[in-house]
Amino acid sequence: MRRDRSSKNRVRKANVVLILYGMGMAALVWTWSDALIRGIGAQTDLRVRADLVHQLELTDLTLFTEARYTRHLSQADLHSAFQDHPMALDHFPSGSLVMTQRGHLRGGFRDGAEQKEQP
Amino acid sequence: MTIWFEKQKYLLDYTVSSLMRRLAKNIGLLMVYALIVFILATVMLFTHALRQEAAVVLDGAPEVTVQHITMGRHDVIPAAHIDKLSNMRGVRNVHGRLWGYFYDTANRANYTLMVPSSDRYGQSPAQGEVVVGAGVARSRNVQVGQYLFLLSPRAKLFKLKLKEILHTDSEIVTTDLVLVSEPDFRTFFGLPEGIYTDLVLTVRNPKEVAKVAEKISAILPDSRVITRNDILRTYDSVFDWREGILLALLAGAILAFVIFAWEKASGLGAQERREIGILKAIGWETSDVIKMKVWEGGVISFGAFTLGYVLAYVHVFYFSAGLLEPVLKGWAVLYPRFELSPQVDGFQVAALLFFTVVPYIAATLVPIWRAAITDPDAVMR
Repeated sequence: MRRDRSSKNRVRKANVVLILYGMGMAALVWTWSDALIRGIGAQTDLRVRADLVHQLELTDLTLFTEARYTRHLSQADLHSAFQDHPMALDHFPSGSLVMTQRGHLRGGFRDGAEQKEQP
Repeated sequence: MTIWFEKQKYLLDYTVSSLMRRLAKNIGLLMVYALIVFILATVMLFTHALRQEAAVVLDGAPEVTVQHITMGRHDVIPAAHIDKLSNMRGVRNVHGRLWGYFYDTANRANYTLMVPSSDRYGQSPAQGEVVVGAGVARSRNVQVGQYLFLLSPRAKLFKLKLKEILHTDSEIVTTDLVLVSEPDFRTFFGLPEGIYTDLVLTVRNPKEVAKVAEKISAILPDSRVITRNDILRTYDSVFDWREGILLALLAGAILAFVIFAWEKASGLGAQERREIGILKAIGWETSDVIKMKVWEGGVISFGAFTLGYVLAYVHVFYFSAGLLEPVLKGWAVLYPRFELSPQVDGFQVAALLFFTVVPYIAATLVPIWRAAITDPDAVMR
């Protein structure tokens, strides 16, 4: 009888796992709803930023300010990563993380249309 | 249904007891598994949010930018080209932009000096005034009304009164900006009248942007034309590439984990074989053993996925992906403080869930099935 009572009082392991599963699912749903709610709230800030970009005629994000070819990724010329001399290796850390797009390197930086290779 | 549910709960009871017998090993596995999911999810959420941010924010970038190229490098462009472009059909509002880089020896930071167009930007600084990004103000510790001293490339000291600090909300596009008047800019860099850094223009019919860009290349063969779409595509591909290289760097760690998880999931120890043999001997069916192992794989992999993914979400959107900052910052002194607008791509999350949970559960099943279909006596021996 005593054994029965103690096993009744003990929390069943399956229930603990199912509760944890439920909490996990709730946390996943929370990330989704949080992204939705905060995303709607952030639209105004995004519009303000886009407006400032328009006013100042900016072209790039300021993620990497250490080198000019990473500061203005969309404006960098073909050789800027090797700015010291033609054989100089790109030595800025962010240079190893980002690369100008392939079309740009081929000289085909033209709104989807391929441009002939420049001499 | 109730019977089925009760049966699953009994299986789960047994699974948890089985996992708790090897508690330290399973907690270790869960932690490493969750860490791998955390890193993958951090990179995935961060790059996706950045890509979305760039797409929205840079939608206000100039429609067409024309650079002058000399010996393969970006060079200043003569103002005479403005007339040439203005006469083109479909082109309007051609004007020069003045911007350049400045390395400040005082704090070893790189700034982008720029002249804002007074027609577009209401807070344009007058001569002797300056407007700076929040990163510059923080780094140089200046307040509105104080003076910012800059030593020009020609070793002349400039004293500029700080008119305004750009709002911190816009740091992702303005942190290193130093906005000055045109006379100050030209004096600072020793730039004569009649030349600009590049030209920007708008096209009357947005559908003709590609055609206009082609025409500009024909009229100015020594120029490079960058359209707004090119800018947006650059950022799209940059973050794809970035995502790729970070994943490439992580590949070693992921591979090590895969080997570890595979070994753990697929290689049955003698103790586990014996356990299966006993279960079979006392009347468990093969399907029950397999169900129990599916629960075991599910508890570990789903637990690790949930833990890793939720922590990654909080890290990226509540702590601005602080752990990635040293990687992104590199040698830069100025790094923007920004809070990304949360963006979750359901397809990416589903892919992450599929590639982290399913292989683990699948890896557990084959050896269990093999052990479960053999004779209990043989398995126990």
